[in-house]
Amino acid sequence: MSLTPQEHAFLEKKIGRKPSPVELQIVAAEWSEHCSYKSSKKHLKLLPREGSRVISGLGYDSGVLDVGDDYVVTVHIESHNHPSAVEPYGGAATGVGGVIRDILSVGTRPIAILDGLRFGDIEKDSHARWLFKNAVRGIADYGNCLGIPTIGGEIEFDKCFTNYALVDVAAIGFGKKEKLIKNRADKDDFVVLIGGSTGRDGIGGSQFASDKLESENRSAVQIPDPFIEKLVIEAILEARDQHCIKAMKDLGGGGLSCAISEIADALSVGIEMDVARIHKREASMSPTELMISESQERMLVITDRQKLPILKKICEKFRVPYSVIGKVKEDRMMQVRVETNTIANLPSSVIVNAPLLDRPASKPKYLKKIEEIKKPNTPNDLTGTLLQMLTNPNIASKIWVYGQYDHEVGIRTVVKPGYDASVLRLDNGKFLSVKIDGNSKQCYINPRQGAIGCFEEACRNVVCTGATPIGMVDHLQFGNPEDPEIFWTFKESLEGISEFAKYLEIPCVGGKVSFYNETDNGPIKPTPLIGVLGLIDKKPLLTQKIANNNILVIVGETKDELGGSEYYEYIHDIIGGTSPIVDMKSAKLNQQIILELINQGLVNSAHDCSKGGLAVAVSELCITNDMGCVVSIDKIPGQKLKPDEILFSESHSRYLLVIDPKNSDKIKSLLKQKNVSYAFIGKFSGSNIIFRNKTKTIANLRVDKARDKWLNSLESLVTHG
Amino acid sequence: MKVAVVVFPGSNCDRDMHHVLSDVFKLKTELVWHTDEFPKNIDAIVLPGGFSYGDRLRAGVIAAHSPVISEVKKMAEKGIPILGVCNGFQILVEAGLLPGALLKNTSLTFMCKWTEIIVKNNKTPFTNKLKLNQRIPIAIANGEGRYYADKETLRSLKKNNQIVFTYGEEVNGASLDIAGICNKQGNVVGMMPHPERSAESIINPKNSKPASLIFESLLNTLGVVQ
Repeated sequence: MSLTPQEHAFLEKKIGRKPSPVELQIVAAEWSEHCSYKSSKKHLKLLPREGSRVISGLGYDSGVLDVGDDYVVTVHIESHNHPSAVEPYGGAATGVGGVIRDILSVGTRPIAILDGLRFGDIEKDSHARWLFKNAVRGIADYGNCLGIPTIGGEIEFDKCFTNYALVDVAAIGFGKKEKLIKNRADKDDFVVLIGGSTGRDGIGGSQFASDKLESENRSAVQIPDPFIEKLVIEAILEARDQHCIKAMKDLGGGGLSCAISEIADALSVGIEMDVARIHKREASMSPTELMISESQERMLVITDRQKLPILKKICEKFRVPYSVIGKVKEDRMMQVRVETNTIANLPSSVIVNAPLLDRPASKPKYLKKIEEIKKPNTPNDLTGTLLQMLTNPNIASKIWVYGQYDHEVGIRTVVKPGYDASVLRLDNGKFLSVKIDGNSKQCYINPRQGAIGCFEEACRNVVCTGATPIGMVDHLQFGNPEDPEIFWTFKESLEGISEFAKYLEIPCVGGKVSFYNETDNGPIKPTPLIGVLGLIDKKPLLTQKIANNNILVIVGETKDELGGSEYYEYIHDIIGGTSPIVDMKSAKLNQQIILELINQGLVNSAHDCSKGGLAVAVSELCITNDMGCVVSIDKIPGQKLKPDEILFSESHSRYLLVIDPKNSDKIKSLLKQKNVSYAFIGKFSGSNIIFRNKTKTIANLRVDKARDKWLNSLESLVTHG
Repeated sequence: MKVAVVVFPGSNCDRDMHHVLSDVFKLKTELVWHTDEFPKNIDAIVLPGGFSYGDRLRAGVIAAHSPVISEVKKMAEKGIPILGVCNGFQILVEAGLLPGALLKNTSLTFMCKWTEIIVKNNKTPFTNKLKLNQRIPIAIANGEGRYYADKETLRSLKKNNQIVFTYGEEVNGASLDIAGICNKQGNVVGMMPHPERSAESIINPKNSKPASLIFESLLNTLGVVQ
């Protein structure tokens, strides 16, 4: 991969001469879609970035949120899709490593990891199973070794990911506000490369990720070493405490080329560096290879003459290799030398500012008829259908996955994986609730509403723990942006997310765009992923064990919105129909009322209705509490629907609450007062999950049977194929 | 009274252990880097969990050759209470301070979950406030946590009352369901489960009281009046 003829001409015009071969490679790395956002940048301005808690700093690679008492939470999200599709273990592991260093680079300690994983149909496709197993193992081995808990995430299987993998990793950091790196540099400061040696792994990784996955380009995949990353983390944090770091950046896509040019540009300085000084894995590496290698576990630190000896000492204590590769200058040029011989000398602003594109967009033809489907007949045996739904890998418990992740280390994990959102305790007595959500099936049918739906689902999950959303990150994953139809789906998703973020006043504090997610089989379905962070001032809602005669309440309306639902796709093999639409007003109102009920101590537990709809949400409550429930579906507020539609519709803004009978009146009056759609629909007792339509029982499933399928089906699928 | 928590390259439960000892149980606690000398007047030592040296070669084997270990051995001989948790247990075994070995779990995967262990020896410095056969809800997280010893060693462990904790359920295929053991003198205890993750009610989903008695036992041993 190299520059297009237009980009080539643009570059020559900017610098007034022909670029040298090394310069060309440096620019090609930085102008790749992966690093430059050349297709998306113009549109990303839509996202609201401001908020009372948002702290922005020069060149920060993570979002920073003020959580009070002089503490900050940091967050970032990235994907490692192409590498994971080729080499799932190393690809997923280095995906974790990369995002962790973004958290570290602002001067905060990484305290949690979340991951979103997507593969093909693992029930039928053994290659998808292989990718899945090894990606999970890669994340586990890397995160566990670092001692950073993997506290949650989500997993989706869909045929559109055949021969491919989406591996998204979000990381959370925490620290003192005063310890945030200020990112400044002065003339004659030293530029120090700290961490793993630079090798021939990950050569041209960012360009590899900026094209469709055709060949298995193994040299573009990086090799993970979590032990070095752990030492780098501790060395950097000690250096931070000893004020040795004036500015810092992690090395990711584009390697040194991007890190040097981006930090120089952000701080309005120049940097001269000597590639001969880089500590390397192989002696014979060419200057170009050294500049674009994406070897992992490396950080770039700028320090002054006085602090350099202390920084060296800290690296030596942890036995972390380092090399002083260059110096800060005033002229805003990035100058690369081999000893005394200059091989590249470019203005950093030219390198980091790729010519931006105005990609054409047009509504995909497939969307014209996507809503026109023949509705399936209601199955005779809805009990069997429910059991099948609980076995569905998209719905079944993910305990086989998170049981391999150390989710307790750091002793902050108050709400563990497997619940709506995970909750961490913070040092100031507050709690942070986090969730990421995506839904390629719904986003395919309605890219705009699907994306809003993912956002709202993540909010609902966080709200169910008693947290108020304070910030979000987005990761927008699509196929080739040069295809106007794909670009249209990107724009629609982005517009939807921006609109909802503005409406709820939740600032976007970070994100990433990943295009070219396609193979010879075609592009993936649009897959935006949204992460939401929520803050709890006092106490999180810790799910209480459901007691006999507890009451089940539903808040929100159930509508004819089964397009992209697990029910249509898994049971009936129907791709189409009307996908759920978020009514922003009720989304906001319902969030407020749920939080109010939780804060008043009126709710024993709260659970959102999402994949698999009401029937699955109720089953999960029963399974995790080993308690039956009788639900009257005729009472459920919303449109007039067939029984199967009520059970499995995936309408948004719906919550299930478990309450004590003694709080009934109070809750009713509060819900009425706010004019919220709600109903008391069931009672917990016995050992069966029963759905009734008036007097008729339409489904009746034993809790232990449901539990067995839900809990074990994913593991048995993975281990026995 | 002073407790040292030893930090090896790759230790990752050191700060958790430090928090519980100092903030929850108010013991004066110091983190000691593996090449540094112990501060004077150390009354107890904890080797925390983690992945020392990235588990390279075999979990705990490289750390067992750290400079600090020869000091730990001297302290062990003096009868000072020493606790190794998870990777700390693996290091104690590799250093020869405790018998047996820790092998890959029978699941062949890393395993993070909550389980219960049962107190089988309540005479050690870390169990003297617990009742015999008392059950402790506790977190486990390891890949190589399956305790193994040959028949003879197991017999002598039983005979000398060196089995400190057993699992309350089948967890990882450990010999005799062993979760923790001690040396013959009883002052060196190693355990795979994590008491420091289990002694605070906010993070223990079951009951944090029994696990907190492990730390209260240490306070009791050190004669700290609560």
